Amino acid sequence: MTGTIVKSNERKLTIARSMAEALAQEMRIDPTVFVMGEDIGTLGGIYGNTRGLIEEFGPERVRDTPISETGFIGAAVGAAQDGMRPVVELMFVDFFGVCFDAIYNLMAKNIYFSGGHLKVPMVLMTSTGGGYSDGGQHSQCLYGTFAHLPGMKVVAPSNAYDAKGLMTAALRDDSPVVYMYHKGLQGMGWLGTEPGATVHVPEDSYTVEIGKAKVVREGRDVTIVSLGIGVHHALKAADTLAQQNVSAEVVDLRSLVPLDRDTIRASVAKTGRLIVVDEDYHSFGVSAEVIASVVEHDLSVLKAAPVRVAYPDVPIPYARVMEQFCLPNPAKIVAAWAQMAA
Amino acid sequence: MATRKTPETAAVDGANVSKDDLLKYYREMLLIRRFEEKAGQLYGMGLIGGFCHLYIGQEAVVVGLEAAAKEGDKRVTSYRDHGHMLACGMDPKGVMAELTGREGGYSRGKGGSMHMFSKEKHFYGGHGIVGAQVPIGAGLAFSDKYKGNDNVTFAYFGDGAANQGQVYETYNMAELWSLPVVFVIENNQYAMGTSVKRSTKSTTLFGRGVAFGIPGEQVDGMDVLAVKAAGEKAVAHCRAGNGPYILEMMTYRYRGHSMSDPAKYRTREEVQKIREERDAIEHVRELLISGGHATEDDLKAIDKEIKATVSDAAEFSKESPEPALSELWTDIYA
Ligand SMILES: Cc1ncc(C[n+]2csc(CCOP(=O)(O)OP(=O)(O)O)c2C)c(N)n1
Ligand SMILES: [Mg+2]
Repeated sequence: MTGTIVKSNERKLTIARSMAEALAQEMRIDPTVFVMGEDIGTLGGIYGNTRGLIEEFGPERVRDTPISETGFIGAAVGAAQDGMRPVVELMFVDFFGVCFDAIYNLMAKNIYFSGGHLKVPMVLMTSTGGGYSDGGQHSQCLYGTFAHLPGMKVVAPSNAYDAKGLMTAALRDDSPVVYMYHKGLQGMGWLGTEPGATVHVPEDSYTVEIGKAKVVREGRDVTIVSLGIGVHHALKAADTLAQQNVSAEVVDLRSLVPLDRDTIRASVAKTGRLIVVDEDYHSFGVSAEVIASVVEHDLSVLKAAPVRVAYPDVPIPYARVMEQFCLPNPAKIVAAWAQMAA
Repeated sequence: MATRKTPETAAVDGANVSKDDLLKYYREMLLIRRFEEKAGQLYGMGLIGGFCHLYIGQEAVVVGLEAAAKEGDKRVTSYRDHGHMLACGMDPKGVMAELTGREGGYSRGKGGSMHMFSKEKHFYGGHGIVGAQVPIGAGLAFSDKYKGNDNVTFAYFGDGAANQGQVYETYNMAELWSLPVVFVIENNQYAMGTSVKRSTKSTTLFGRGVAFGIPGEQVDGMDVLAVKAAGEKAVAHCRAGNGPYILEMMTYRYRGHSMSDPAKYRTREEVQKIREERDAIEHVRELLISGGHATEDDLKAIDKEIKATVSDAAEFSKESPEPALSELWTDIYA
């Protein structure tokens, strides 16, 4: 997955643990980094991504907050403008409604509004995704919502190697970074998890450049672009397609803002076909942006109309049958190919 | 923490309550407890998804307040909503079938545990965003005041939700506009893994109303009679056109925050002690027996009856068909 050769004795980490490790390593060398959020201290985050931090760094730097998102995210913007490097957790991305002003009117705009005078070096980490019947206020991805608004970088790792590197890069960035991790990749036993996300993670600190996509599987016939959990669906679909003698290339976006349009275009220029897989809502989102990146640039490379495999434009239903029907999966990607090749 | 036998509550203890009322509260609280235990089992069997927040331990709060309500009064609450729905008379079958995501559920499988409504019973949800139901409560109360009736709205929220800004925006408007809304803070001491002591330096939560001119009080939320008495006082205040009132119910949840709670933030002994010393259902059971209002056999018969109601609900929730996929695209717009 990561492109590195994994020796059998090399350690593998879950995304949750690799996020916590990146945070700890940065906190050791940079005293301005501190973490705030609901139950991120003693509990270690409900998705485990801050586990162990309070034991090492104490409650001054690892702060449990009251349920006051507008307050603590706004406060993080203030602290960031004064040279701190806050990391705040919004427990579920769905809760952004409570605190979006602090995010998109303050965090995302104050660098610009100050004519570059101020920096806002903060990381907003937030969980995304459904698939476990948690209803329509706890299952959304909302990638497009965040990526749409200028002024904040947006990343979404699909595996633990990228998760650590992107977190370290985000912590060192002087701009605000929204770090969107998918619940179904976290490696939390009780939630069910995608084993492909748990990969080898080097112990030393490293960065993964924000704004660089990665070709995680090379192919000739079709490009499948995705992010987060969708990358795993794409890889599984590519396996199935290989049995049908179809060679699929899989591009893991890793970052939404900046979007690595060059990598997408180069891949589609090679394959001539494009499928975009996104667990966010179908319309007005990442999938449309990826397609636009190609068609605005050079329509002539396309041998077929691009296809989206995304979440239908409906509030996410609770009933398992309904939700599972809506979610992208490998079979839908294979079917998209069939539609395209027909 | 308010204790059970304060002089104020002692007056109602036994004295001002009829046998029938006591039996009614016993029955209603027991229904909630048994229903929630069953929901926990169905969750364990994989029939219920998501997180699922049980109300076990807090039964006296909704049962006592419903005893103070009249037809037409409204209620709105958080995701910990099963007890509220049962207490206001919603059908256990429809609630359980929503938990299993079936066609027979109150939201026909679209809402789930956190999102159910009943216009008939004036239950306005079921909300998953902490604190969001509080302004909704003010809006319901505004609507009644505008229409000129004397209905009251109960807006329930937790100790954790009490730290959301929108609660205070609502307090201010509710008092400014004299809205007939009872703000019910269900202080069960914890917001997920964070105890009240770790989230605020306020010694009481109802006391925050003072800043807005809203009267309120702390109530032993494990004593259904104390809850009812406080509810009657609050409701009378609202119905008389005096604006909102705050009740801080001191209560306790016995189970985890949801079905996936690591339970590291409190000791087993703490939970056990409250179960043994303050349990709301046990309290009424004792009053019934010691007051000579019921025999052990009478209570056994009630237990049996409730078990049957709950197992019927569970059966229904398993047998009700799964929603048709074509239903996905209905109800998006009215
Ligand atoms: C705006 C928002 N922030 C955070 C959450 C996650 N969350 C759900 S319940 C909860 C704790 C709420 O505690 P409390 O208000 O005391 O209610 P209780 O669960 O004890 O009934 C939290 C933090 C949420 N659903 N919405
Ligand atoms: Mg609470």
